[in-house]
Amino acid sequence: MKFAGTDSYVASDDLRVAVNAAIALQRPLLIKGEPGTGKTVLAHEVAKALNAPLIEWHIKSTTKAQQGLYEYDAVSRLRDSQLGDERVKNIANYIKRGKLWEAFTSKERPVLLIDEIDKADIEFPNDLLLELDRMEFYVYETQEVVKAAQRPVVMITSNNEKELPDAFLRRCFFHYIRFPDRETMTQIVDVHFPGLQRNLLREALNVFYDIREVPGLKKKPSTSELLDWLKLLMVEDMSPDQLRSKDAKQLIPPLHGALLKNEQDVHLFERLAFMARREQRQ
Amino acid sequence: MFTNFFLELRQAKVPVSIKEYLALMEAMDKGVADYSVDDFYFLSRSVLVKDERNLDKFDKVFGHVFKGLEAVPGEGVAAEIPEEWLRKLAEKLLTEEEKKQIEAMGGWEKLMETLKKRLEEQQKRHQGGSKWIGTAGTSPFGAYGFNPEGVRIGQDKNREGRAVKVWDKREYKNLDDTVEIGTRNIKIALRRLRKFAREGAETELDMPDTIRSTARNAGYLDIKMVAERRNKIKLLILFDIGGSMDAHIRVCEELFSAARSEFKHLEFFYFHNCLYEKLWKDNRRRHVDTYPTAQALHTFPSDYKVIFVGDASMSPYEIAYPGGSVEHWNEEAGQAWIQRVTDTWRSTVWLNPVPERHWSYTPSIQLLKQLMGDRMYPLTLGGLDSAMKELNK
Ligand SMILES: Nc1ncnc2c1ncn2[C@@H]1O[C@H](COP(=O)(O)OP(=O)(O)OP(=O)(O)O)[C@@H](O)[C@H]1O
Ligand SMILES: [Mg+2]
Repeated sequence: MKFAGTDSYVASDDLRVAVNAAIALQRPLLIKGEPGTGKTVLAHEVAKALNAPLIEWHIKSTTKAQQGLYEYDAVSRLRDSQLGDERVKNIANYIKRGKLWEAFTSKERPVLLIDEIDKADIEFPNDLLLELDRMEFYVYETQEVVKAAQRPVVMITSNNEKELPDAFLRRCFFHYIRFPDRETMTQIVDVHFPGLQRNLLREALNVFYDIREVPGLKKKPSTSELLDWLKLLMVEDMSPDQLRSKDAKQLIPPLHGALLKNEQDVHLFERLAFMARREQRQ
Repeated sequence: MFTNFFLELRQAKVPVSIKEYLALMEAMDKGVADYSVDDFYFLSRSVLVKDERNLDKFDKVFGHVFKGLEAVPGEGVAAEIPEEWLRKLAEKLLTEEEKKQIEAMGGWEKLMETLKKRLEEQQKRHQGGSKWIGTAGTSPFGAYGFNPEGVRIGQDKNREGRAVKVWDKREYKNLDDTVEIGTRNIKIALRRLRKFAREGAETELDMPDTIRSTARNAGYLDIKMVAERRNKIKLLILFDIGGSMDAHIRVCEELFSAARSEFKHLEFFYFHNCLYEKLWKDNRRRHVDTYPTAQALHTFPSDYKVIFVGDASMSPYEIAYPGGSVEHWNEEAGQAWIQRVTDTWRSTVWLNPVPERHWSYTPSIQLLKQLMGDRMYPLTLGGLDSAMKELNK
């Protein structure tokens, strides 16, 4: 099993090495990076490349570690007992399997994505240490041990909202996705829009990287915004000239709403454009 | 060489443990690094560094320890080649038979020596160009089974754009100081300040109530649910900003971001040096957009917990006299405002980033500490802990 990128995902050399190290050594791989730089999609692509099933666990602020293992639905069981349901005799009927359980018992070695682990309570990663280490856990209600037949490839993403505990980090390999440079970005765009006009792309990238340089933006546009914007430019049949225009009236790029999603940022940008225009007039 | 690498990483404050060391060895053993220096760099980075803020430090150490790999012109090129690594690599690539041949040729030492010489020669020949060894043919390395592509030392000519020493570019430089650093510990300390109350959708089973009502129901199940418990603490933080506080901005930011993520009900304002009649929320607009302190006293109910964050270092006049402020004419003395705050909100503490041992030398700190009824704590994890205990009373 080796990962070398796919035809729909551009993997830099360092990312490729990190992924393969995690696969070979069967350690979880922690992926960080600006929003929209392909952290989540990576797990999909790795699964695709390895021809492995993907099991996704999306973490929310209320997610508990135990939910990844299993949950015992005592309330339903009580209800059933009142109704005289036969199922009630077997406690196993009320054990709801979590994503880790699913991954441990998968027929083929799966890719397990734990997406946005930093959303959960700060103790969450600690609560999963043992299970991720040993790839097994104990179900008290049925007194069984669930053990991974084959250790899943575990990919974990974080947006840095919370710091992760050291004990957890020691068990992971780590990769920080650097924001793609022009060359890499061109490759990424090519993967999504193979036929895109070269001139248009060049001008669009100029505008895109310029906007990222604007100081004070709350949310810099990233890969996903660029892709959305390009799609719009294509739909609207924009010409490269319309993007290149250094004409003072046109300082705000067309369809900029796709790039700047935050109202404050749009205002900031318009204000800057306004000031630049005034300067040019003087 | 490897141990050296680890020691230097630790000296550079990159937290690596024996666990990571072993993982790297294991990865080398499994051939993850593909026998190229770049791959080795990527691999060790992925295994040893767990935080993007340490990437720059890592690059520096890597560049230093594996200096030989970058082949500085004129210097003994191979002097610093990680021998263990080459050895491992060779072991991997050679068959038993070839190993015997090497033994015959003079053993590993001899091989290494030849390898080093070869490197030096190549260095002279190419003057910083591509640095390949044993590109097949009659080279002993080719003959002894080194992969025809040889050991890639430094730049791969075929991959333009990727410079010789990836680690020397140190692209991660400005990530070294994001605010989040250290906030985990602060958050844990802030957790002392929790009061749970149930609110929102009823999602949890209420055991006692269910049992009670089921019993009342003659054994027929009557399930009762309750809402989840949430932290109900309301917090108001007042930050001293600017001037002497500039030296403490980092720890204040850490505290601020930790508090922000821990408390749902969090209000904050800025002041300068001492509290007077005006507060503000945006430092760039502090002269235009102010918020009357009196209004804050009326707006936030008395169950708010209040935290002052400031170094309390100023002239005592700024606290004790009307007109004492260095920035504007204050009708009332700062201490009158401090007094109002402690009268309005019962739970009030002062966190001071100045180390506690210096407090006694600064009269204004003494004064404010007194005004706070002694509830001034150093802005350290320990101090934070005590402050939270106080607020919880
Ligand atoms: N290297 C890449 N190759 C191909 N497509 C990419 C690459 N990086 C990002 N993309 C595209 O960018 C978009 C955003 O990716 P994704 O949702 O995985 O980002 P993310 O890092 O998980 O963001 P968030 O932090 O917001 O969750 C996707 O449409 C993805 O296809
Ligand atoms: Mg994502």
